[in-house]
Amino acid sequence: MIPILFGITLISFAVIHMAPGKPTDLVTQLNPKVSMEAREKLNKIHGLDKPLYVQYLDWIKKIGRLDFGKSFADSRPVIDKIAERLPITLLINVLSIFIIFIVSIPVGIKSALRKGAPFDKISTVAVFIGFAIPSFWLALLLISFFGVHLGILPVSGIVSLDFEKLNLLQKIFDLSRHLILPVFVLSIGGIAGFSRYMRQSMLSVEHQDYIRTARAKGLPEKEVIYRHALKNALLPIITILGLSIPALLSGSVIVEKVFSIPGMGLLMFESVFMRDYNVIMGILIVSAFLTLLGNLLADIAYVYADPRIRYEK
Amino acid sequence: MKNKLMLTGVIIIILLILAAVFAPKIAKYDPTYINIKEALLPPSEEHLMGTDMLGRDLFSRMLFGSRIALTIGIVAVGLAAVIGVALGSIAGYFGGKIDSVIMRFADIMLCFPAFFLILAVIAVVGPSIFNIMIIIGLTSWMGMARLIRAEILTLKTRDYVLCSRVLGASNFFIITKHLIPNGIGPVLVSFVFGVAGAILMEAGLSFLGLGVQPPDPSWGNILMEGKAVLGVGWWVILFPGLAILITVLAFNLLGEGLRDALNPRIK
Amino acid sequence: METCPRSNNETCPRPTRGDAFVVGNIGDARTLIPILASDSPSSYIVALVFSGLVKYDTNVELTGDLAESWDIEDEGLAIVFHLRKNVRWHDGHPFTAEDVKFTYEKLIDPAVPTPYGGDFKMIDRLEIPDAFTVKVIYKEPFSPGLTSWHMPIMPKHLLENESFVTTKFARAPVGTGPYKFKRWKSGERIDLVANEDYFEHAPYIDRYIYRVIPDQATLFLELETEGIDLMSLEPIQFKKLTDTRFFKKRFKKFKYPFFGYTYMAYNLKDEKFKDKRVRQALNYAVNKQELIEGVLFGLGRISAGQFVPESWAYNEDVKPYPFDPEKAKTVLAECGWQDTDGDDWIDKDGKNFEFTILTNQGNDMRLKTAEIIQRRLKDIGIKVDIRVLEWAVFINEFVDKKRFEAIMMGWGLGREPDCFDIFHSSKTGPGEFNFVSYSNPELDALLVAGRRTFDKEKRKQIYHKVQKILYDDQPYMFLYVPDSLVAVHSRFENVKPSAIGIGYNFIDWWVPKAKQRYRY
Repeated sequence: MIPILFGITLISFAVIHMAPGKPTDLVTQLNPKVSMEAREKLNKIHGLDKPLYVQYLDWIKKIGRLDFGKSFADSRPVIDKIAERLPITLLINVLSIFIIFIVSIPVGIKSALRKGAPFDKISTVAVFIGFAIPSFWLALLLISFFGVHLGILPVSGIVSLDFEKLNLLQKIFDLSRHLILPVFVLSIGGIAGFSRYMRQSMLSVEHQDYIRTARAKGLPEKEVIYRHALKNALLPIITILGLSIPALLSGSVIVEKVFSIPGMGLLMFESVFMRDYNVIMGILIVSAFLTLLGNLLADIAYVYADPRIRYEK
Repeated sequence: MKNKLMLTGVIIIILLILAAVFAPKIAKYDPTYINIKEALLPPSEEHLMGTDMLGRDLFSRMLFGSRIALTIGIVAVGLAAVIGVALGSIAGYFGGKIDSVIMRFADIMLCFPAFFLILAVIAVVGPSIFNIMIIIGLTSWMGMARLIRAEILTLKTRDYVLCSRVLGASNFFIITKHLIPNGIGPVLVSFVFGVAGAILMEAGLSFLGLGVQPPDPSWGNILMEGKAVLGVGWWVILFPGLAILITVLAFNLLGEGLRDALNPRIK
Repeated sequence: METCPRSNNETCPRPTRGDAFVVGNIGDARTLIPILASDSPSSYIVALVFSGLVKYDTNVELTGDLAESWDIEDEGLAIVFHLRKNVRWHDGHPFTAEDVKFTYEKLIDPAVPTPYGGDFKMIDRLEIPDAFTVKVIYKEPFSPGLTSWHMPIMPKHLLENESFVTTKFARAPVGTGPYKFKRWKSGERIDLVANEDYFEHAPYIDRYIYRVIPDQATLFLELETEGIDLMSLEPIQFKKLTDTRFFKKRFKKFKYPFFGYTYMAYNLKDEKFKDKRVRQALNYAVNKQELIEGVLFGLGRISAGQFVPESWAYNEDVKPYPFDPEKAKTVLAECGWQDTDGDDWIDKDGKNFEFTILTNQGNDMRLKTAEIIQRRLKDIGIKVDIRVLEWAVFINEFVDKKRFEAIMMGWGLGREPDCFDIFHSSKTGPGEFNFVSYSNPELDALLVAGRRTFDKEKRKQIYHKVQKILYDDQPYMFLYVPDSLVAVHSRFENVKPSAIGIGYNFIDWWVPKAKQRYRY
């Protein structure tokens, strides 16, 4: 664990510091009244005049205290900026995982059980399209249709302008309306992928000896499928779901940009355009940490689901 | 059904390759030729897919765009495959410390959401076709490294490998002549899926304004230009979107078919 | 506020208060400390929350803001401002000359990374004889000095013990302007509320909401569904997308002059561009009208030099060169550039005429302009490459270090015509703005004279000459002045674009009760 965390910081730092040019250049857009002197002042304030390894050592010492330094753009602590953006990204991602789960598992099972039936064929085609569709393209088409043409869903943002005046129930309703399209777009790839995995997983489990044994024992088909087959088929899915967190986070950059959702993905995009190194490094580290956390949770879930595995020691 | 799907994929890919190779012959217009007077014409016989904001022929641009899409997909993932196969086979063959260092490195790289890492690097080196290919290559070799390593771990205990070793063959010879050719199957599948992923990745980067830069016509940036005319020029947004969709679909179908062919247990 | 047309005085509606005004923009603000805010979103908000000593009226003349009046003394060496009394900061604390002095001290403080220090370094000292008088003494007569006092004034009592780099004030500002800061949700929105005690009069619109919508396409869809009330339009949106009945019913489009222009700058240290006849020839070879049609959809004008037609410094006698590729070829041939080896590219001393235009990534219009120029120069045998660079790399590695042949850029200008920093031969150091290395002693003398002269007529004469010399020398290929284009929701009354833009009378905008959309 420790070497991995160390490696994460080293890669994050290395990637960013290959850059020519200094991030402070951007604060001083091309305005004839902005002097070179002002830029140098900014460089000094952010410690950019020191040698690289000193900057790295300074930086890593601070990270231990969860201090990612300050944003070049507005001088706020990076950790504050990430902390205010992270919850909404997590919310959208958790919702997406939930949606992926409840859609893809039944679809996968049904396709597997009736392999070759119309449902399997249709879902297979849908899965391939879901995999291949560019998410922002889909998002724009959906916004144009549901937001502008039909006018039944909001175009962007996460809440309405008068959100504060709503009561709790209305607030939940308002938030849900805003989240429908983004969560759908974010989950579409996952739904496609997981229905596929689920189908494969079910198919491979079905040929296992214990399923045959169960059937041979004369257990009702339902019980065979839901008690024995499903439980075993779900095992690999849990691991893969844990591993898919980076993909979901990746997707949130585009989804958050199209739908104007002020989450961590959007912060990443803004920071990339502003070359806000400290924020970019902070986000890289936080996202890598989230991935580790996801893997850990998946491991725990795996142990819980599979009685054969127990942590010893 | 399976074979039909795979066949469809192969046919689409062949057509695409032909389009890319013969783009200058097929295209009626120079893809960068500007004619303001013919801006935003809808599809017609003259302009099969209409024209864009600067009056450039969209069909010609799409044809040349297929070159960029295929180049990015194949070169980027090719680079990833070279890195992945090299590191994965070294790790698998030598084992021990070398293995754990390499695989630990792959683990660390896998912790980063790929898109975040790619964006960060682009922020640093700037977007261009070349940079994008290199960056995608450098950030997507880990899966392939794991696959080949797993294959080699089982292959290296086989008799013929042990035999070679006893006969004094060099490590390099064993790895390149015995292990990689026999263990490359899963990597090949992963390669085909990877091409699809890279094409989508470029489109996503272009959408953010960080992809291939104009005037080079990539599908991603044609689509991005189409965004600006959403509402008056549906064709500028429809065709590149469909092209990406169909191409990615074709590669995925091929990949799926290959996987099934290599793994006959699941059918 | 302005009165209604006299003819129908009876039906003239009286402004009613209420409603909110929602602006959509692709970027979030960065800091609301006025002297640090250099990006446009921050500047929008700062302009509503703070006031300067002076501002422009609709005739582009300076008028009082926090200063009631001023006197120019000692032949321009000193300005004495008489401040408004009874102005209060949004927290109730009275505004005095101390605040002006404090703002000045921060502007020239080496520890404060403000981009606006330049004009204030010309000041010798600043005195405050009493609480409502400020006397500014310059080192030498400096005519752009008065304009520079549109700089928003900051509250001393809240900032004197704060570090400008870390202060919370940056995200919760207190000013004297027509709107008070309410809250800022990063990346999402900024809310302002009407300042009941604003010294001119309380604004009619209760709330100002700034929404961040980072994608241009989404922003437009949001406008179409009335999720926002104002948006800057791209030329194509102005021309084509907003031409529907649906849109016209809900929005009014406005077009007003932009103070700035787009140009292609040459590196004058480069052998190819040293001869001004070559630069003139290139201008003849480019069809500026085509650029305006193709890039701006007709919404702009050909640029005839440093000043825009609305500026009082603009010289009507300077005419843009016509599109004349034949003449371009002839002139180039006179300078020794001809196709001697039959490869369709013109050459001299065995070298083809080829160069690269650099521009920054993220600006579509500049890129399209470069593409069209590339095409036109090909027609006269010049080979042009285009390279798009990320902004920081572009500025830092290429512009600052003068590693370029030609660059495509734009200047946004103030109303003050002083362009010493851009064209004076002393401003060619690294990071300074005469990056083309332009040097013309005659122009240098005029630029200095322009800064020392206070009489507007005399200044006019000076800047007319400046424009003529610049256009003749062509250190840039002056291309076009784009129009500013906005859509405003049609429920707002009293929206009157003028030479100084559209937002200048925002406190007089109002919405009839029946049409109000938001209640607070």
